[in-house]
Amino acid sequence: HIATSLPLPSERDHLRPRIDLIAFMIDIKSKYSLRNVEASLAHVDASFFLGKVCFLVTGVGRMNYCSVEMNAIWKLRDVYCSPVLFCELELEGVRVATAQRLLRMLQICAGHIPGVSALFFSTLMRNSADD
Amino acid sequence: MDETVAEYIRRTILRIPRDEIKTMLHKWGFLSEMQLQNINFHQIKENISQDVVQLCEENSADIKQAAVLDIIYNHIYPNKRVWSVYQMNKTGEETDFFDLKDFKKKFKRLLRSALKNVTINFREYEDNAIWIRIAWGTPYTKPNQYKTSYVVYHSQTPYVFISASVLKSNLPLLCQALLVASNYSDIREMELRSHSLNSLKDIVFKRYSQNFQTYYPTPLQERNVTPESADIRIIQENKNERERIQRVNREVFGDGPQPKLEFAQYKLETMFKSDPKMDVLDKREPFRCLVKFSSPHLLESLKYLAPAGMADAPLSPLLTCIPRKARNYFRIREKKGFFPGSFVSP
Repeated sequence: HIATSLPLPSERDHLRPRIDLIAFMIDIKSKYSLRNVEASLAHVDASFFLGKVCFLVTGVGRMNYCSVEMNAIWKLRDVYCSPVLFCELELEGVRVATAQRLLRMLQICAGHIPGVSALFFSTLMRNSADD
Repeated sequence: MDETVAEYIRRTILRIPRDEIKTMLHKWGFLSEMQLQNINFHQIKENISQDVVQLCEENSADIKQAAVLDIIYNHIYPNKRVWSVYQMNKTGEETDFFDLKDFKKKFKRLLRSALKNVTINFREYEDNAIWIRIAWGTPYTKPNQYKTSYVVYHSQTPYVFISASVLKSNLPLLCQALLVASNYSDIREMELRSHSLNSLKDIVFKRYSQNFQTYYPTPLQERNVTPESADIRIIQENKNERERIQRVNREVFGDGPQPKLEFAQYKLETMFKSDPKMDVLDKREPFRCLVKFSSPHLLESLKYLAPAGMADAPLSPLLTCIPRKARNYFRIREKKGFFPGSFVSP
């Protein structure tokens, strides 16, 4: 399900399946997209932040067109305790690899991987990312 | 043949893309069919231009013919220059019958009376467009053929498109000559500039697709939002919002291609509105700031901002009023209400 912002339109509530993972996409070239994500985060139930939310930062292939500061991204990661993935949508290889990563995360969040919970996995990701 | 003329023709040919040289020489019509057939257009450009100069030598070309070639080049490639738009005004109501010969005579006479050293050439095109090429000199030097101004005047309209060269000081004289020759009383520069001459014409002659106020009780069914992917596994949650954006966009921009502009510039002379505690400026003086948008095709990129999710729809009227107001340079002063109508024309 693709949405431009949250909250989701209520008229489709009955058509929606259970949500296992929310990936917030931030275009590093657009401050507008960061503001949009920050506003949408307020509409997410707290239980999602136990491993069922991640931030996907796109557009990192063009660092000279950066509009969003990395500090803002790290702040989101810390405040919402959720991992950050980086990708460049215009490169097919990176795109496919990122999709595979998200799919793996989704499998964990949906409970399809025995022995690994969403919370455990996100803690794992956070600890390994901390330098 | 004059050395300078030969060199000028040679350089003009070098500017033309190799595949277009033959067509352009045909249009020029100065060299005969036989002469053109003797040129090998498959050799490198340097050699082609040498051959052409040789033939021009045989025909004793002078600066007038060389200038015509330059006009033809600029008519086919006008986008290499920056064009400004000027609007003329008549005080009386009489619509004079436009006499081309009279126009040319008066124009030349006024320029020549003020400046002895100037080369003036005219060429008329089908769409009532008169192209004028002016090479400027000084009272002591011959006209510099590489520093030319171009004027495109559509005789049935009050609009003149001018591509001045670096010699801005000749502009008042040029304007005066235009007024006298065309029988108008005053001329003002519009705040509209672009590389694309045709787009400027589209804007002032209102030839682009404009938005019309249409009120449909239900949205039109024929034009659907093109689905981004036919994959049924992807569900767009905000379909209504996307359709609203498309609708608003269509209302603002119309359906057709937008005129091509490269810049929009906003000069702000407004007061800096800050937290009183921040106290950035001690003096209550307008904060001067220049905001410039640039793009290979500004209006098209503005049109796609909202559908691409990079801006809210509808866009600011400051941006969307550009073709309607026929200007892309704005000066924004302090005003109680903030509407495009309150822009002060310089």
